[in-house]
Amino acid sequence: MNAWSNIKAIVKRELGGYFTSPIAYVFLVIYLLLTGFFTFTVGSFFERGEASLVSFFTWHPWLYLFLVPAVGMRLWSEERRLGTMELLLTMPVTTWQAIIGKFLASWLFLALALALTFPVVITVNWLGNPDNGVIFAGYVGSILLAGSYLAVSSMTSAMTRNQVISFILSVLICLFLILAGYEPVTGLLSRVASPRVVEVVAAFSVMTHFEGFQRGVLDTRDVVFFASVMGFALFATGVVIRNQRAG
Amino acid sequence: MIKVENLVKAFGPKLAVNDISFTVERGEVLGFLGPNGAGKSTTMRMITGFIPPTAGRVTIGGHDMLEDPLPAKRLIGYLPENAPGYADMTVHGFLSFAAELRGLKGGARKQAIGRAVELCFLQNVLHQTIDTLSKGYKHRTGLAQALIHDPDVLIMDEPTDGLDPNQKHEVRGLIKRMGENKAIIFSTHILEEVEAACTRVIIIDRGRIVANGTPAELKARSPEGRLEDVFRAITLPDTVKA
Repeated sequence: MNAWSNIKAIVKRELGGYFTSPIAYVFLVIYLLLTGFFTFTVGSFFERGEASLVSFFTWHPWLYLFLVPAVGMRLWSEERRLGTMELLLTMPVTTWQAIIGKFLASWLFLALALALTFPVVITVNWLGNPDNGVIFAGYVGSILLAGSYLAVSSMTSAMTRNQVISFILSVLICLFLILAGYEPVTGLLSRVASPRVVEVVAAFSVMTHFEGFQRGVLDTRDVVFFASVMGFALFATGVVIRNQRAG
Repeated sequence: MIKVENLVKAFGPKLAVNDISFTVERGEVLGFLGPNGAGKSTTMRMITGFIPPTAGRVTIGGHDMLEDPLPAKRLIGYLPENAPGYADMTVHGFLSFAAELRGLKGGARKQAIGRAVELCFLQNVLHQTIDTLSKGYKHRTGLAQALIHDPDVLIMDEPTDGLDPNQKHEVRGLIKRMGENKAIIFSTHILEEVEAACTRVIIIDRGRIVANGTPAELKARSPEGRLEDVFRAITLPDTVKA
């Protein structure tokens, strides 16, 4: 199919772009060091004495808060800065194909980074008898979480040719997605608002929806939530790009 | 091949392009002249479908650019202003990407890349990344990208900008040769270029067409027969208030 081969060409180019520059390797090393640090030191993996990856997944919403916008910030800003956006969008390619291709490439890259954390799975299996179904669910949740942040970054990246602004905007929006359901915040909110309101606000948070995955529950509602965040943010990316082109 | 009807582009209250109409047929090379900010690039961006017009219509080979963009875009090869390219890609990688988006596969893609590389003299830099190229090579890479699928319609925004005199001569020759069986529009500030390569000239100023004819016809308007005098007589420098 034509649409698919266009998307494939764009994915290939984007992924190639990561690995021809040192960015990809620097990112992967930092990602793995940080996940290690949070899991073992901050999350006290060994002291817990549990055969689970709770201390690994718990930190992902916070870790991704900075790491994912760092990957996504260049998606469209770079195209605008270099002027290649004009080239890309005058090719026989629809804007949607370009948006999805770029998004998928970065998502695959993040999936690769996540896949490289496999030693932690081996470790926990070697030390004890974890429920690997729970671990699998955790990985699914983590990749959906990364995709949601990435879609937000794609949107903020389309707004500006300045990567720093794009990064900061996307961190702010993702931070909101965390805080809306972060316990200290919901606790504070429940003092001034009715439980119903708190619940509604928390329903917008990635924390609320990531929690199930950490417990090993694959709930369709959570999957739908992450899919809608991605769908909405990518749709917004398209709107932003269309408005810019219309002047 | 190219049909532009009553094209208008407004940026806020400012009319960048104000009611422009013209057609370009196969075998024609149209030179687009005008002072900086006259609306040349904006017009080209509308013709290639990068920005939608505020009003008016662009048709490429019978396909409406707004309603049926993909078939229209397939017919066009476009060199945007400043010949943008992906900085971290090699020339070969970049051309291969362009060919892939143009639907060229396998042997056909290889052949197309080879032909474009030969036409634009890129053999020496094929495996260099674009950010290491000199301006001349970068421009020719952009040109090669536009020619990769041997398009029926070729649109180039200042194709000889930043080239040395030898390269300018080569590119003019190339445009002229290709003009025999394509519809070509290119913009330039160099008036000799128009005489050397174009079959027709359009001069635009403040978003309007102020002259449209063959280079010989336009030259005849000046007592000395110089295109430059005509250009200066009918366009205003941007230091003058409208």
